[in-house]
Amino acid sequence: MKLTQGKINELLSESACEHNHKKEGKGKNKSCTQVAQPGAAQGGCAFDGAMIALVPITDAAHLVHGPIACAGNSWGSRGSMSSGPMLYKMGFTTDLTENDVIFGGEKKLYTAILEVKERYSPAAVFVYSTCVTALIGDDLDAVCQKAAEKTGVPVVPVNSPGFIGSKNLGNRVGGESLLEYVVGTREPEITTPYDINLIGEYNIAGELWGVLPLFEKLGIRVLAQITGDGRYEDIACSHRAKLNVMICSKALINMARKMEERYGIPYIEESFYGVADMNRCLRNIAAKIGDTDLQQRVELLIAEETIKLDNALAPYRAKLKGKRVVLYTGGVKSWSIISAAKDLGMEVCATSTKKSTEEDKARIKELLGQDGIMMEKGNAQELLRVIAQTKADMLIAGGRNQYTALKAKIPFLDINQERHHPYAGYVGMVEMARELEEALYSPVWAQVRKPAPWDTEVI
Amino acid sequence: MATITTPRKSVAVNPLKQSQPLGAALAFLGLKGIMPLFHGSQGCTAFAKVMLVRHFREAIPLSTTAMTEVSTILGGEENVEQAILTLVEKSKPSIIGLCTTGLTETRGDDMDGILQNIRKRHPELHDLPIVFVSTPDFKGALQDGFAATVESIVKELPRPGETRPNQITLLISSAFAPGDIQEIKEIVAAFGLNAIAVPDLSLSLDGHLDDSYSTVTSGGTTLAELREIGSSVYTLALGESMRGAAVALQTQFGIPYEVFPSLSNLDTIDSFLEGLADLSGLPVPDKYRRQRAQLQDAMLDTHFFFGRKQVSLAMEPDLLGSTVHFLQSMGAEIQAAVTTTKSPLLEQLPVASVTIGDLEDFEQLAVGSDLLIGNSNVGAIARRLHIPLYRMGFPIFDRLGNGQRCTVGYRGMMQLLFDLGNLFLEQEESHAKY
Repeated sequence: MKLTQGKINELLSESACEHNHKKEGKGKNKSCTQVAQPGAAQGGCAFDGAMIALVPITDAAHLVHGPIACAGNSWGSRGSMSSGPMLYKMGFTTDLTENDVIFGGEKKLYTAILEVKERYSPAAVFVYSTCVTALIGDDLDAVCQKAAEKTGVPVVPVNSPGFIGSKNLGNRVGGESLLEYVVGTREPEITTPYDINLIGEYNIAGELWGVLPLFEKLGIRVLAQITGDGRYEDIACSHRAKLNVMICSKALINMARKMEERYGIPYIEESFYGVADMNRCLRNIAAKIGDTDLQQRVELLIAEETIKLDNALAPYRAKLKGKRVVLYTGGVKSWSIISAAKDLGMEVCATSTKKSTEEDKARIKELLGQDGIMMEKGNAQELLRVIAQTKADMLIAGGRNQYTALKAKIPFLDINQERHHPYAGYVGMVEMARELEEALYSPVWAQVRKPAPWDTEVI
Repeated sequence: MATITTPRKSVAVNPLKQSQPLGAALAFLGLKGIMPLFHGSQGCTAFAKVMLVRHFREAIPLSTTAMTEVSTILGGEENVEQAILTLVEKSKPSIIGLCTTGLTETRGDDMDGILQNIRKRHPELHDLPIVFVSTPDFKGALQDGFAATVESIVKELPRPGETRPNQITLLISSAFAPGDIQEIKEIVAAFGLNAIAVPDLSLSLDGHLDDSYSTVTSGGTTLAELREIGSSVYTLALGESMRGAAVALQTQFGIPYEVFPSLSNLDTIDSFLEGLADLSGLPVPDKYRRQRAQLQDAMLDTHFFFGRKQVSLAMEPDLLGSTVHFLQSMGAEIQAAVTTTKSPLLEQLPVASVTIGDLEDFEQLAVGSDLLIGNSNVGAIARRLHIPLYRMGFPIFDRLGNGQRCTVGYRGMMQLLFDLGNLFLEQEESHAKY
């Protein structure tokens, strides 16, 4: 797949993404074409995004064609977990030198792929281009094709130079490579009417493992996990699923839409966070599969889990009730976490809507109620101002804002990809409640807020 | 004398090395009120920031010129300009630390020209120092970027002045942690000397609670101090990679210097304190005589566990040199030494060979050692080889307290002896069971 400007534009203006839906002629069509602002931009690049989307494929080797910064400053740091192969955790890079930049890196890349195949026997090799290799004009696709012929192993080019855009665009570039080179290249041994794919769930902190047992219990078979704890072979067979379930993310929506076009697989967008959303997710899957037996089993399971959960959550609900939180995170999570917080009796007094779509925002409005603040943009200072203004008890946000909160002596819960606790599914709900309670009621807050006795003013 | 080997292969597996701009960022972060700025794609900054945050568990000021495909083709002048103006407006830095990346070095932006043009167009920036350093990702490693940055800082900011017999400059390499720098400054202060430490990470990344929020570094070497370096009577360069910056100060201001490659073994700590005594004309304070006696006692207690132990090291050249000498001074032996980049000190090391390579090379060379020393990425290897790991270097993301660790001076070296000695001791006890 050559990454032409046309292709990038297509990914940026993905038609299934509500970012690109103008509402009744008003509202901005902000889409993903927003250009990062020099001096102000904070996020990762498209290369980062492509790796986030694909590295969770655990039995593949992920080879970065670029100078040391791209792999050297990032390998091994992603939080997605594996139930088996550990190859995805290894950092492979061509580590370009000045000579390679001058004379071209294609030869080095070709032998690098061969060496990786020889020494590590991967199920496949994903090869990522970077700014420098795009700039010097290395022909990634041609090298990958040649190496695939030579090795007999799939070699998938991912044209992901960082400078083409944001992390979000990079996710889609990763999805595009899967569509182009992987999906539909193998056939599953058996299929069932209950085969689904999970798309956009990366098994951060092992979250999937709190949810997969539910599917198993219901008799729903997850054909391919795209890509959390994923296997190359499974994804290659994923075109035979009956339903695509997109989890908590618009990031790979291009995959869902194109698999619908190409293979007639319908898709739904769901979340695993919070009781209400988890219930809805299971009900929607059963309804889409259209099996009344399954629907009954889902209702039974929900009833059973709800009782168990109510018991488990009771002590936490008592302590969390009425606590005020500010939420600062992207996209879908901004409403799915609100819903989870409400399940626990907490009050969300403000949330970010920076990456949310119009549809997300409508949902947020409904969940937040009258007094809720929707933050369109924000930085650390703005965030601290809102926390002070709303008298919030804690901040729930991504790891990047952890120190903003802690340095201001405000309790904090990490919900992004660097976190260490799984919050998905019914079991995740208990975990989240425990973490929230622990953060809010830690004895350190009083101590770190205490002025030194010799600094207190004498009245 | 060591043989230097560079394995011939096309793929680096599990890199040990990090990029030059990351080193530049780390050095810049030791200056007060600075905003480091990477001229590259936004990802260059994001990756470096995540690494630094994970290691120090601190908010890290770091910004980007956010180069896109189009601006790369057209040249980055507009982006550099816009980034500087935005930062000045939003963060009001006292210094901007600007470095290049692989992207903009490949494109070949004329940075001197760009900065001149920006200065011409914006006279209001006249009083804002912008320290520039060239740090292509495709050359060198973190330590090189750090050293180049310190050199740029001391070439651009100090002004000539009358020599102050009491003032010395400390140039401190990337091998030293904030806790080390704090200890070194205390030692120097005990001799009545006024030290200007460059960079001073002990005031920015030591992990401390401030009263107010700041978007730039809240501590570090101040601009005023940097201006006064020209008045120092002497330069103490800590770490071989600081030699270039020390030479620059000698050339510019005629300030003599001495390089101390390490402060983690008895001989070099002794000569460091002796040097301070000479410079100050004061005797070594009682406190350090006592600490020296304590250290020697600790050496006696721990040497049983160090003797003949085979240790494998994966770290940057300065830290490698220091650790090799420390271990050998205790009777341990170096089984493998893997490092990231060239350095004149490597050939001088009293080991058979040094490999400039990655952690795949290290994993092969380290089989059968008694102990591994390296960054957190060595953790997976330690588990595979069933060898204990002592974490040193960068990044360390699976241990707490990296801002406060101290392994220098008599006190710091003693702590290091106990930490490693306990690992050996624990290992012997677990073996004894079988």
